[in-house]
Amino acid sequence: MQIDKRAEGFPYRMHLMSLRSAEFWKKTGIFWALVILVIIMALSQPAFLTQQNLINILKQASITGILAVGMTLVLLSGGIDLSVGSVLAVACMAAAFMTTADRGYPVIVAFIAGLSVGALFGIINGVGIAYIGFAPFIMTLATLSAARGLALVSTNNKPIFNLTREFVAVSNSQFLGLPSLIYYFAATALIAYILTRFTVFGKWIYAVGGNENAAKFSGINVKRVKVIIYGIAGALSGLTGVLMASRITSGNPTVGEAYELDAIAACVIGGISMSGGSGSIIGTVLGVLILGVISNGFDILGISSNYQRIMKGIVILLAVYIDIRARSAKKTI
Amino acid sequence: MTEILRMKGVVKSFSGVEVLHGVDLSLNEGEVLALVGENGAGKSTLMKILMGIEQPDSGEIFLNGVKTIIPGPAHALALGIAMIHQELNPVPEMTVAENIFLGREVNRFGFVSRREQERLTEAWLQKLRLRIPPATRMRDLSISQTQMVEIAKALSLNSKILIMDEPTSAITQQEVNDLFHIITMLRDEGIGIIYISHKLDELFQISDRVQVLRDGNVINVTPTKETSRRAMVRDMVGRELSTIYPTCDSQLGEVLLEVRDLTRYGEFESVSFSLRAGEKLGIAGLMGAGRTELVSTIFGERQPDRGEIHVKDKVFAPRHPNDAIRQKIALVPEDRKLMGLNLIMTVGDNITMCVDRRESRFGLLNIKKNKEMVEEMVGSLAIKVHSYSQNVENLSGGNQQKVVLAKWLLTNPDILLFDEPTRGIDVGAKAEIFELINSLVMQQKAVIMISSEMPELVGMSTRVLVMCEGRLIGELSGADITQENIMALASPLQ
Repeated sequence: MQIDKRAEGFPYRMHLMSLRSAEFWKKTGIFWALVILVIIMALSQPAFLTQQNLINILKQASITGILAVGMTLVLLSGGIDLSVGSVLAVACMAAAFMTTADRGYPVIVAFIAGLSVGALFGIINGVGIAYIGFAPFIMTLATLSAARGLALVSTNNKPIFNLTREFVAVSNSQFLGLPSLIYYFAATALIAYILTRFTVFGKWIYAVGGNENAAKFSGINVKRVKVIIYGIAGALSGLTGVLMASRITSGNPTVGEAYELDAIAACVIGGISMSGGSGSIIGTVLGVLILGVISNGFDILGISSNYQRIMKGIVILLAVYIDIRARSAKKTI
Repeated sequence: MTEILRMKGVVKSFSGVEVLHGVDLSLNEGEVLALVGENGAGKSTLMKILMGIEQPDSGEIFLNGVKTIIPGPAHALALGIAMIHQELNPVPEMTVAENIFLGREVNRFGFVSRREQERLTEAWLQKLRLRIPPATRMRDLSISQTQMVEIAKALSLNSKILIMDEPTSAITQQEVNDLFHIITMLRDEGIGIIYISHKLDELFQISDRVQVLRDGNVINVTPTKETSRRAMVRDMVGRELSTIYPTCDSQLGEVLLEVRDLTRYGEFESVSFSLRAGEKLGIAGLMGAGRTELVSTIFGERQPDRGEIHVKDKVFAPRHPNDAIRQKIALVPEDRKLMGLNLIMTVGDNITMCVDRRESRFGLLNIKKNKEMVEEMVGSLAIKVHSYSQNVENLSGGNQQKVVLAKWLLTNPDILLFDEPTRGIDVGAKAEIFELINSLVMQQKAVIMISSEMPELVGMSTRVLVMCEGRLIGELSGADITQENIMALASPLQ
């Protein structure tokens, strides 16, 4: 039995026709897991299935979601980025610095500052990994530490308050009845989906992650591809930093701690292979939603966030276990 | 003389292809048996079966006359069978003593007695007249010394049968002499040695009997004294050229590729040759002769230390395979799983890998055009697939290789470098690939083909270059392209 992870996100209609039932369940398994989870929550907690709560789930999941999209690209290429949470914090500081009431630069400046700071860190990661040869885990672990330190020393541990009203509105406004954060997440996911499925560069990401040597022999500039991927992931971390600053109406150097773990968890639950080359953005989005529903459910039930962490750990192992089982079943045939 | 080992009627197939067709082998106490044959003749499979790494489909193994089943390498060692591999893999950070006693540490109450271990090691090393302190780390030893430590380890395991796979492939002449001295000594102590080597001359120096394998059959077993180098080569390669090599009379055109004094230190040195349109240039040589490195350099996968490459009379200094692709050069690499394919990608995505960018518009994949190209290639190369969105890892070797060929044909290359294009694929697919190569040269493309299978080179090439230890040492053309001539040039004199 083979599983084409790339086909996971393909318009379902086309695939439904060509799939035998077992294959169908495997390919859409994560989706049904989410459906079942939602049904359980809806039946046990009347408060769950209200419009306000569902919107809330999406809003809560948006920042992790954007980070997870960037993480997906990195994981698909066979790497990992542990620095996203720290880079978020640096970008958060940069955005806040630009939009304090006394400086009062327009909102776009905050975005430019945050995204460029993020992209810069991403490119540093990429160059260290692709051209110098540091293992991705090590390189981004170093950046995780250094970027956090930089965020902290930038204001000597102090938050930046008093941001312009226009900037605060970025994350705290609504559009067509939905919080703006959801649009940022949706747009990021959509662009990443198009990138991975329909562009040459997207195919190169899978090629590099699936077999770096073969990619090189096929004329793909593997090093450059990696730098761009880490650059994109960094820029997306920068974007979340800007959104975060606006959402909490301040620049806080301690935000985003351990966010990389949530992003990785969402990818893993969504079926992104940790060894690269297989998985899809749709899987990641479903993974983000599953994590969001679980933590929302626990909130409604009034269970402390400490138990949520335990639960998250179990869910990650469960998701990977199912994946391992599917793979080994394939090998024995 | 007592027989300590007899293998009888050993048959082994891999994924449906029989590679050993009932092979017998017998080894006496105190004897050196040379096992020779081309790459792929079945030597290593036979030895893997003896070491318990592979299980035979049928056939029997007798040790000292007793029928024995060897389920795994640990059992082989316990039964007194040890192998010195061509590529040694010691634990580099461990000491000589720790390596020798790896997995069976001399201990007291679970604590390793280092001193006792080193004392025992010293005794074994002295027996081999080696002056290596037992506390030396393995990474500080030369290849030859590492080999000796492996031999000491085999002795310490009380081995009665010692298999040596190409032990002289990477050591100096003086070290070879020392090794032969030790082999003679072990033989005189009654140990039976199976000695595998491509260097035919040294077999006359060291072996008592020679057994020749070809295509998974035993061709000849004779006392070394009663055979000659010539006879041995004939036995190894002497099969009738079958019709799987189609004839083709392509016209030679202009020079498309010229290589001058190309050198990468430690890989190949001062290689010069030229290649014309419509030509099939074979490159022969043993493993490690520098052939793969040479074509990889022409393809821009690595850069030369010295020398020049000219493509159509212009200097070509590729920094990356992409530069070569632009100059219409294609490389079908040696190992399709490592370098040729993305196994977890679909057939279609693999086939269009090199032309995605060419066909794209604004960075978007041209899905319609790609599908047409895939359909065309799958059809024209008769690639057997269920669907284009099937992953290539589930295809047979021959079909995988056709996917690699399809990928490169789409780039419309003028110069094609084939590195072992038929490795691990069945005879039918081989013939199809040869047909394809012929049709390419008929279209005035230029082809370089590296192969370790001599009949292939003889059957296909217009001209053959022979490489040995990184140097181009001969060129054969026309009627001079014979397996005997190639073998004579390719084997290092010692």
